[in-house]
Amino acid sequence: MGFLEKLFSGSSNKSSSVAKKRLQLVLLQDRIKLPPPVMEEMRDEIIAVISKYVDIDKEGIDITLTQVSDQNCLVANIPVLRTKHLAQ
Amino acid sequence: MSGKVVTITSGKGGVGKTTATANLSMGLAIAGRKVVAIDADIGLRNLDVVMGLENRIVYDLVDVVDGVCRLKQAMIRDKRIEGLYMIPAAQTRDKTAVSPNDMITICNELRQEFDYVLIDSPAGIEQGFKNAIAPADRIIIITTPEVSAVRDADRIIGLIEAEEKGPGQLIINRLRPDMVQRGDMLAIDDVLDILNIELIGVVPDDESIIIATNKGIPATLVNGSVASQAFINITQRMDGHQVPFLELKSSKSLMERFSKFWNRN
Repeated sequence: MGFLEKLFSGSSNKSSSVAKKRLQLVLLQDRIKLPPPVMEEMRDEIIAVISKYVDIDKEGIDITLTQVSDQNCLVANIPVLRTKHLAQ
Repeated sequence: MSGKVVTITSGKGGVGKTTATANLSMGLAIAGRKVVAIDADIGLRNLDVVMGLENRIVYDLVDVVDGVCRLKQAMIRDKRIEGLYMIPAAQTRDKTAVSPNDMITICNELRQEFDYVLIDSPAGIEQGFKNAIAPADRIIIITTPEVSAVRDADRIIGLIEAEEKGPGQLIINRLRPDMVQRGDMLAIDDVLDILNIELIGVVPDDESIIIATNKGIPATLVNGSVASQAFINITQRMDGHQVPFLELKSSKSLMERFSKFWNRN
């Protein structure tokens, strides 16, 4: 890592900061404790809602707990095929 | 007199439950309390050896539960300090030999005679842990500032809250201020941010603890080290006194922020 990068990245690359972030994420996953059938149910409901508005690739959906710029987020990646028109 | 039953647990093994039980019992006895320490780690007993009482064992906790002996017969009186007793675990049985109700019955009897009943919980979340927390009025959770220990402590906190025995109080053990300063170890605030429970003490990593265990003389009995002072301070807080946290050689601003936190309570 370059000198300037080290100067401005501050303590975020210290192993204790890494440890803290990893712990926060892993504990979020531990604490949420969604058993696989419940995760499946949540997934199916998300698919059903999104499918009302867009055609999606149901096999390609990926839902995970992850960190996005320091925030713990539930991230759903939903591949879209084409948009449905609402007006009938 | 109705004594308090305090269980010392952690989830993770090897973080210092037995050492803490030995030193806190000793510290409370030095302060004039009548204390009995119980080793609930059936099958893997260690409290006896850490306290240096291993040669005095005649009966153990399982003998009491099985009705082989009376409770008093299993109690070893520590001759070095007035008011300190210990009930060892069995070495040849396992955790199924004792039930949570057995522990509750025994502790109800002990409460009448002692100011404090300290229970050294085994590691894990199974039968041994359940036995150890069943009779608890208060639970102290020990963690070290390391990823695995903190993760397990979090699970334990969740479990004790589910049993309506929470919230617990935390001891951060084996802190290394030099590593914290360098950013190579989780700081006190980091652990508290993550676990979000009340801190009752911080014990620095200290060679004197290993030496004490080698000799079978708990550090608080000798009280010449930082770790022993930390344990003594914890016993005072257990007794309801406000004691400022030790200034460990770490970044001053951390300890100052810490003392402010304590004083607000």
